[in-house]
Amino acid sequence: MSSQDIPEENLPAAQATAHGELADEKHPFADPGLPPHEHRIQDVDERAAKRSERSVALMFTVSMLATIGFIASYVAIDHDKSVFVFPLGHINALNFALGLTLGVALFCIGAGAVHWARTLMSDVEVADERHPIEASPEVRAKVHADFKQGAKESVIGRRKLIRNTMLGAVALVPLSGVVLLRDLGPLPEDKLRHTLWSKGKLLVNMNTNEPLRPSDVAVGSLTFAKPEGLEEHDHAFQNEIAKAALMIVRIQPDDIKDKRELEWSHEGIVAYSKICTHVGCPISLYEQQTHHVLCPCHQSTFDLSDGARVIFGPAGHALPQLRIGVNDEGYLEALGDFEEPVGPAFWERG
Amino acid sequence: MFAPADKAQADETAQSLAIEEGKQLYSVGCATCHGTDGQGTTDGPSLVGVGAAAVDFQVATGRMPAQQPGAQVPKKKNIYSQAEIDQLAAYIASLGAGPSIPTEEQYGPEGADIAKGGELFRTNCAQCHNFTGKGGALTHGKFAPNLEGVSAKHIYEAMQTGPQNMPSFPDSTLTEQNKKDIIAYLDAVNGEDTVSRGGLELGGIGPVAEGLFGWIFGLGTLIAVAVWVAARTAKAKKS
Repeated sequence: MSSQDIPEENLPAAQATAHGELADEKHPFADPGLPPHEHRIQDVDERAAKRSERSVALMFTVSMLATIGFIASYVAIDHDKSVFVFPLGHINALNFALGLTLGVALFCIGAGAVHWARTLMSDVEVADERHPIEASPEVRAKVHADFKQGAKESVIGRRKLIRNTMLGAVALVPLSGVVLLRDLGPLPEDKLRHTLWSKGKLLVNMNTNEPLRPSDVAVGSLTFAKPEGLEEHDHAFQNEIAKAALMIVRIQPDDIKDKRELEWSHEGIVAYSKICTHVGCPISLYEQQTHHVLCPCHQSTFDLSDGARVIFGPAGHALPQLRIGVNDEGYLEALGDFEEPVGPAFWERG
Repeated sequence: MFAPADKAQADETAQSLAIEEGKQLYSVGCATCHGTDGQGTTDGPSLVGVGAAAVDFQVATGRMPAQQPGAQVPKKKNIYSQAEIDQLAAYIASLGAGPSIPTEEQYGPEGADIAKGGELFRTNCAQCHNFTGKGGALTHGKFAPNLEGVSAKHIYEAMQTGPQNMPSFPDSTLTEQNKKDIIAYLDAVNGEDTVSRGGLELGGIGPVAEGLFGWIFGLGTLIAVAVWVAARTAKAKKS
């Protein structure tokens, strides 16, 4: 093996002189140079090198087999077939076979290449001196001369009209970018303060799409409602339900501690915004015995029997309550919009 | 000619006998906490009007009689036979009207819409029980249990009666058909022969487990490979 013989010009120049010599004024620290090169087992033992060669070839061969396995599984395995694989459980056979074979095929190419580089390719340390970044004086002089000649030939100094209009054109182009900044707006204005709820809107059950009657809502039950007229296929459905989503629970009137809550309820049926006042996650992890509602995102907890005040977690204010009543036909209806903005606080909320 | 009347008579007798037997069982197993006539005490709620469905759910899943008071009574091995549970249920139902035990026709898979059930589950149930019913944590040691392996009847009864801290979803807000759809959906995504197409489920509890696995094992493997690529190779002479 000749790869470990270091060519003379690749040895660091300092190595010969720096060792053991006192540093001069210009170079106060001696250059220790490269440590002596150590041979690997494969460099000195041809049999070990042969073994490494065989390992690398084996990995590449496994990769080839895996690729053939990939194609074979794609052809042979039915896409509905499931297998039990410990510890994964019942999984789709085709997905598993394709993933496994392709993974092995790719990994073995990489692993083979790395093993090859580590054991057989030359690992002799090579020092490559830096060279100055600036160009030589001749090259620089030539570039200057070329530029001057180009400027002269373009007649930009003489044809003032071209020069001025060009400057104008280049200066105006960035304006188009400035105009696009308008798309950062318009400001939401009062969109965050209002929802679809308004006086007389019926509370529609999300499950059945039918308006709710007080008798439908049992004590201890949980129901989700949307405002009458909002349909799931509406273009604005997601935007509107994100603010108007409502959870309806019924609490024994004696158990309601907050006076305003009782006043805004109908015989213990209370309607609260489903949007957490922390960062706006939908919350409805309602515990019917404690009347607590938990937000799954950051564990804010609200007490629905006490004005939905925050009893734990990062939420800043209580869930807004919707004032409800019953219309002439006996259906639950809203008696107005939420008094305060629903969802998380924002800069201008006040 | 009098046969129907006789039959009704016989049914009534059987019913009152069941109530009588149920009362006996109740006095032994339940009265300590729920009071001698099911009126409730400080240790247990009133059972007037909870209905036969609530009894069947609580007793058949082993939750009642409770082993000890606590944040939540977990399910355990049921020690009553179905006949005894029916007698208990008959007694509790006689205290006040409530939901009765659902029939196979109500919770069976016939005529169920799995896709609709998925929508309903995500609207009404997923907030606590997770997207495929794997369960989740609540406040102060309470939790929503995993729904895997829970029988269709018990899921139906739980929705109907709202056991412990779970809110109820009565037929007036979640119709019989809705409940049937939800049960069919759960069987499709969390049943015994549900196939996991994505492979390792990691409990199916969502992004936290998946992220943890990805960061520890995915990134860990990459780091191990990087260390191997850059490690010193074995030298012929030890230095």
